Amino acid sequence: MKLFAWTQFLISSLGSGDQREIEEELRSHIEHRADDLARSGFTRREAERRAKVEFGGFVKFREQGREAAGGQFLQGFAQDVRFSLRKLRKSPGFTLAAVLTLALAIGANAVVFSVLNSFLLRPLDVPDAGSLYEIQHGNEASGFMSYPDYLDLRDRNHSFDGVAAWSVSAVGLDAGENPTRAWIAEASGNYFDVLRIQPFLGRFFHASDEHGANSAPYIVLTYAYWHDHFQEDRSVVGRAVMLDKHPFTILGVAPPGFHGTLLFFNPDFFTPLVNHQQVGGVEDLNARGLHWVFMAMGHLKPGVAPAQAIADLNAVGASLEKTYPKDDGKMTFSLASPSLYGDYLGRPVKAFLAGLMLLSGLILLAACANLGSLFAARAADRSREVALRLALGASRRRILRGLLTEAVLISLGGGALGLAGSVVLLRALSAWQPIPRWPLHLVVTPDGKVYAVALLLAVASGLLFGIIPMRQVLDTNPYEVVKAGSTVKAGRRLTLRDGLLVIQIAICAVLITSSMVSVRGLVRSVHGNFGFDPRHVMLVDTDLGMAGYLGDRVLPMQRRMMESLSTMHGVDSVALADTLPLGGDGKASSVFAGAASDLRPANALFLSDTYDISPGYFRTAGTALLSGRDFNWHDDKDAPRVAVVNEEFARRLFGSVGGAMGGIFQLQDGIRMQIVGVAEDGKYESLTEDPKPAVYLPISQSPSPNTWLVVRTSSAPGVDAQQTGAVIRSRLRLVDASVPVFVQTWYSALDSVLFGPRIATISLGVLGGMGAMLAITGIFGMAAYSVSKRLRELGIRVALGAQRREVLRAALGRPLKLLMLGSVAGLALGLLATRVLAYIVYQATPRDPLVLGGVVLAMLLLGLVATWIPARRALTVNPLILLREE
Amino acid sequence: MQTTTENQTQLLPGTLDLLILKAVSLGPLHGYAVLLRIGQISGGALLIEQGALYPALFRLVRQGLLTAKWGISENNRRAKFYELTALGRKRFLQETEDWNRLAGVMATVLAAQVEEA
Repeated sequence: MKLFAWTQFLISSLGSGDQREIEEELRSHIEHRADDLARSGFTRREAERRAKVEFGGFVKFREQGREAAGGQFLQGFAQDVRFSLRKLRKSPGFTLAAVLTLALAIGANAVVFSVLNSFLLRPLDVPDAGSLYEIQHGNEASGFMSYPDYLDLRDRNHSFDGVAAWSVSAVGLDAGENPTRAWIAEASGNYFDVLRIQPFLGRFFHASDEHGANSAPYIVLTYAYWHDHFQEDRSVVGRAVMLDKHPFTILGVAPPGFHGTLLFFNPDFFTPLVNHQQVGGVEDLNARGLHWVFMAMGHLKPGVAPAQAIADLNAVGASLEKTYPKDDGKMTFSLASPSLYGDYLGRPVKAFLAGLMLLSGLILLAACANLGSLFAARAADRSREVALRLALGASRRRILRGLLTEAVLISLGGGALGLAGSVVLLRALSAWQPIPRWPLHLVVTPDGKVYAVALLLAVASGLLFGIIPMRQVLDTNPYEVVKAGSTVKAGRRLTLRDGLLVIQIAICAVLITSSMVSVRGLVRSVHGNFGFDPRHVMLVDTDLGMAGYLGDRVLPMQRRMMESLSTMHGVDSVALADTLPLGGDGKASSVFAGAASDLRPANALFLSDTYDISPGYFRTAGTALLSGRDFNWHDDKDAPRVAVVNEEFARRLFGSVGGAMGGIFQLQDGIRMQIVGVAEDGKYESLTEDPKPAVYLPISQSPSPNTWLVVRTSSAPGVDAQQTGAVIRSRLRLVDASVPVFVQTWYSALDSVLFGPRIATISLGVLGGMGAMLAITGIFGMAAYSVSKRLRELGIRVALGAQRREVLRAALGRPLKLLMLGSVAGLALGLLATRVLAYIVYQATPRDPLVLGGVVLAMLLLGLVATWIPARRALTVNPLILLREE
Repeated sequence: MQTTTENQTQLLPGTLDLLILKAVSLGPLHGYAVLLRIGQISGGALLIEQGALYPALFRLVRQGLLTAKWGISENNRRAKFYELTALGRKRFLQETEDWNRLAGVMATVLAAQVEEA
């Protein structure tokens, strides 16, 4: 039926709606009438004149006729567009301001939506991504499990079409020259088959290639690594390379779009998980108690619901719990999307992006409110023109259509500009590598969905602010307006425009509040106490396993490296640790009471971060020893096992620092450790964490090939960090050139933990700035408009002797009152909103006098800036000139 | 066609369409002739603004009640001729009946006298 009406409409508009045809018909009518009049005695000329007069408004009836014929929508539209363009060209300032405002607002939305789209909405680039789930622990957002547990889950569940596992590792790749460090995904044999992808070149490894530990020395390159490091050389297939001094064979190349299943980790290549020990892994494949496999995932079988699969997995888990009580703690599971490491990153990223989307939506709304009041003011200024057109027979519908066309044109222009800007920005974002040490590429490419959303937003916002002046036009009484000039009703009640302005200011205040809160939080977290002092410190990061140093050869090599750096000019002290706090690859151990005999995981008192350190670490890292002693090289294999713990550890196990000294505890391996010192608390995994227990063990009692050299220099490495880095590298090359090292300042190593808060602060800052700009233009527009409308009244006041203060109050009282109203509302809302922020930004608390004061000050400044020019205009009113003009 | 005189009646809203249908029901007419026909059968008692006829005509065409095609008038001028469609005829009869019923009821109501006891 609808289709029928539509075609009929089309046909009729083609058939009878043509303007020329209508004109011809109307003219024919007039001719016929003139014929009759001529016959009754008028001269032909007089007859034609009379016929025309009798006919009535030709243009009016032509237009009404056209509308009645349902006609020529397209032609009318083209006319509207041309007319609107002419109108807009006449006021370039208005047009430019409006287009830019929208470009910013729509651009911001396009950027945020693109990020949201590529992180959350777009499925992974693997077949059937919708049914691919990560197996995550039920009680925590992590997926770590031991290799034997993975095998049991894989073989004993009935819900998955195969379960693959993989783990992150760094290796030294030697393809003929000096080894370079590469990031790899160690994958189970069935990995590629479970993901259902096909090789781009050569072949993948399969489950059938695995025959026990170290049986499958194969490599599958990612397309990007093949492109960058092998120049797309097709003959790499079959080539042998050395990984950590072990020969591996390149089997093939993965397809271009595939870079693993984690958005935040782009591995260079894939090796089989069964060869874990050859690529630097110290963990035993058969140890059920070592939960080192990063993630297990798979496709659900068709028709199996996630809840069923979870129940199935839990059943397997329960039986494992019962069979291996010494190794496996609680074994319940949940399912999550693998792309953001399940809920671990997924939850905060989702919350943050949703919040950002909301804020940028608010920005767009504020922009619309802004433009709406601009349009309303413009419509009021054009009331005389509108009245004239109405009097000449234009229909209100037609005039409104014209205004809407104008609005939509502006919004489309703004949308196109905004989208273009956002594409540029997104390119830069995609090329950006925020964390130097970690292979993270945020590939954010806008797709059709993004363009569609931008177009939709543009049209919707155009319609939104276009209809705001609608009532004004509908209420126009042509006779009144033409007679009296512009009609100013000195209304005291809040108009729609006032309401819009208040809303807009409130939105802006929300944005400013949240960006201030997060900036403050960030500043605090950068200058906060990490439990170590990153100033003046360079870090060297390497894995001696990559150069073939294992077992007993590790410690002497590490000591040689330390010695070679300690004699460097400008170096105060050098120390060594296997991992560093806030380094992103920390490890945790279960802690048991000294007298405990049953060391099953369920009996652990707590988990403690564990660091293997060399003597001198505390002094070099700037971690204060509260009591007791540092390690020395005599704390070796033959000496009693000792440990230094942090305050939190001491408090939890012994109640106080003093009580912990000399205390005994055990780790999983059952060796009794004596506490010889207590160090201050610090931050270990994230800046927002609560105090956590940590334990330091002497590296000479628990050696590890993972090596972080901490080099404290006497002056800030800032400017000559490059130079210092080069010297460090050359010194270490003299020790052993085949050890791949990565040198950076401790501050830049902290980039990864500061990444989240920084991104949050930058994006909020940008949005806050945009909000502020919108508020300024909004208040400015309102104040300027109200001054120009009341210029004559102000002139009379001045002529009657009004003081400057009174004039200002009359001119600007209202905008300022609205500003206050909006600010208060926005501040209140902003304080509520920052509760959400506290999850991302360290110490983001709104109960901070500096933030409150800052927001109030910022809003006052905004008001001052925005009303400055209108106020000056009001003050320089010259009553004589004004009154003469009338 | 006369100029405005005192005994002319303003059209009730909505009645123009019915008048046009009536005029055209007697045979195809062009726009001006429709006016003449209405003037003729009403004895010139109805006031119709000439131009207002055309939006009404176009609307009826769009509703599928009339068809229009170009032809040559009795004055030897090009003019567009309107004719009832089958749907138009049906609507015309229906609306005539409705109108008559309404007019009858109105007349009865207005003629009613206060009954004396």
